[in-house]
Amino acid sequence: MWARAVHLGLRAAARGRRGFTSKADPQGSGRVTGELIQHLERLSLVDFGSQEAVARLEKAIAFADRLRAVNTDGVEPMESVLEDRCLYLRSDNVVEGSCAEELLQNSHRVVEEYFVAPPGNISWSKLDEKQPFSHR
Amino acid sequence: MLGRTLREVSVALKQGQITPTELCQRCLSLIKKTKFLNAYITVSEEVALKQAEESEKRYKKGHSLGDLDGIPIAVKDNFSTSGIETTCASNMLKGYVPPYNATVVQKLLDQGALLMGKTNLDEFAMGSGSTDGIFGPVKNPWSYSKQYREKRKQNSHSENEDSNWLITGGSSGGSAAAVSAFTCFANCESSNLILWLKRTWALGSDTGGSTRNPAAHCGVVGLKPSYGLVSRHGLIPLVNSMDVPGILTRCVDDAATVLGVLAGHDPKDSTTIQDPVKPFTLPSLTDVSKLCIGIPKEYLTPELSSEVQSLWSKAANLFESEGAKVTEVSLPHTSYSIVCYHVLCTSEVASNMARFDGLEYGHRCDSDVSTEAMYAATRREGFNDVVRGRILSGNFFLLKENYENYFVKAQKVRRLIANDFVNVFNSGVDVLLTPTTLSEAVPYTEFIKEDNRTRSAQDDIFTQAVNMAGLPAVSVPVALSSQGLPIGLQFIGRAFCDQQLLIVAKWFEKQVQFPVIQLQELMDDCSSVFENEKLASVSLK
Repeated sequence: MWARAVHLGLRAAARGRRGFTSKADPQGSGRVTGELIQHLERLSLVDFGSQEAVARLEKAIAFADRLRAVNTDGVEPMESVLEDRCLYLRSDNVVEGSCAEELLQNSHRVVEEYFVAPPGNISWSKLDEKQPFSHR
Repeated sequence: MLGRTLREVSVALKQGQITPTELCQRCLSLIKKTKFLNAYITVSEEVALKQAEESEKRYKKGHSLGDLDGIPIAVKDNFSTSGIETTCASNMLKGYVPPYNATVVQKLLDQGALLMGKTNLDEFAMGSGSTDGIFGPVKNPWSYSKQYREKRKQNSHSENEDSNWLITGGSSGGSAAAVSAFTCFANCESSNLILWLKRTWALGSDTGGSTRNPAAHCGVVGLKPSYGLVSRHGLIPLVNSMDVPGILTRCVDDAATVLGVLAGHDPKDSTTIQDPVKPFTLPSLTDVSKLCIGIPKEYLTPELSSEVQSLWSKAANLFESEGAKVTEVSLPHTSYSIVCYHVLCTSEVASNMARFDGLEYGHRCDSDVSTEAMYAATRREGFNDVVRGRILSGNFFLLKENYENYFVKAQKVRRLIANDFVNVFNSGVDVLLTPTTLSEAVPYTEFIKEDNRTRSAQDDIFTQAVNMAGLPAVSVPVALSSQGLPIGLQFIGRAFCDQQLLIVAKWFEKQVQFPVIQLQELMDDCSSVFENEKLASVSLK
């Protein structure tokens, strides 16, 4: 269960002899407010769908909070393991393409050579009068 | 023993002892027989037979393309394959047919390999059981093995044999099951056809252990090459900074052969290094006395099963008894690597999954009221809970107010973890030896008691730090547990020292002599093959 994983994590942190204790809260931080839910749903364009999903997010946050116990003073963030090498982009020459027909085949709504999208100037939150957790 | 490796089998082909078409047909019929494993999502019968025909023509003219010509392979369903449906086991891509081949797939086809089909996985490769895809879970072939069933008869009262089947591990479970099921023929050595079937192998992907985990549970070799060695172009991305195509084979030699074909710079993937890569053979190591094996002490966790721990000890002792230096080392940030991985993975996933909006490809919902509403409904319908959960978590960590404290913090911890490995290798250690999984494969009914994230956090514990550091690692099957199930151990090497890593793994593989799976259904098939064989002398163990 989740509580057990946290407990083991605490023991592991203690073994790490870091001198800090993790303040992970197994119950969730209570930081996931209704406003945050809406904000995240809007950003992700994916909805939570249920209270369980919100609870899962709270656990995920609590889990991530354990990182606070690590001392990272003076440590640079690592973006790629290949940071000490030169990685090359291709030169900007056209060597392939002209496959519009093939690419258009994968789309559900196409008109001539256009992908068709619904109107884009309608914001989702204004339009959507749905209940907080609508089901599929 | 005849033809142990891909190379030697290719000689048999050149000599006309067996034809690619016969092999292909045999393979297809065996895939049908093992359908209950649910390892394949798509079986590309026509494509494979056509490729077999062409391979046969080449062999007749004496112009084989190389060691992989005519060899049947399976590819995980998150690699783009031109003209063949690629779904990532998700509703979002159901029915999606890519117009191009992933670079690694193209390389295999250029070498004449026969693409048998696309294998099952967790949805978008998120999971450690191959249980969360829309096509259902993959069953571990060892659930049906003689070795496992005999132990169960001894231990438990009789029950429905199929109800307690085991997971393969994940997320490349389909690929692992496909390779594992066909390795059951090793006893029928004198049949060339069977030799060939043993040589099938599969492509997986590895982000946090997705190749090595199922390899350990299914008793096959699972190789994760160094990040930057093999192109990711066409591999539908999960975590761009950690994903690597993985190789699942029956033996370490085959893994090396395949790696030699796949590795190398790809102009279409700017994260592949430019250093020239040549195919290599693995010399047989006879003297391990110059080797230094590191045993990370933090990997001895309370959750590690006693059987795996004991095998790990035995392995260390084996190296020591043969003259190698075996030393305990420390990777101090090990306990934080799962958390760090969790943050980085969900953040990159949130970004990578943004491309699925239903406009250009993939599932599209019926609503046409507004773009955003359409995107939202499409994504709600297309993604399962696991994927949606990760997207939401990832976007939380990427919020302006959280970015420094979570995402950047995790990137800093990542550096600390990568440095841990660098320090250990700089102290003279050549290769690290660790468990791959906490225990042998568990029954499905047991596995689903916990949710996907908890399971991944538990099961990835030995494997994902390697992805964060970009190092090569290989899981080698070692022995059967007291329940008759495979247990594997992991070797981790220095960055871009994949060849050296495989040399050590090959030596170890030879020492442990992992037993062959005995699958009754397929073994019966093997005997029927003998009746048709033209060989004069046939010996069965």
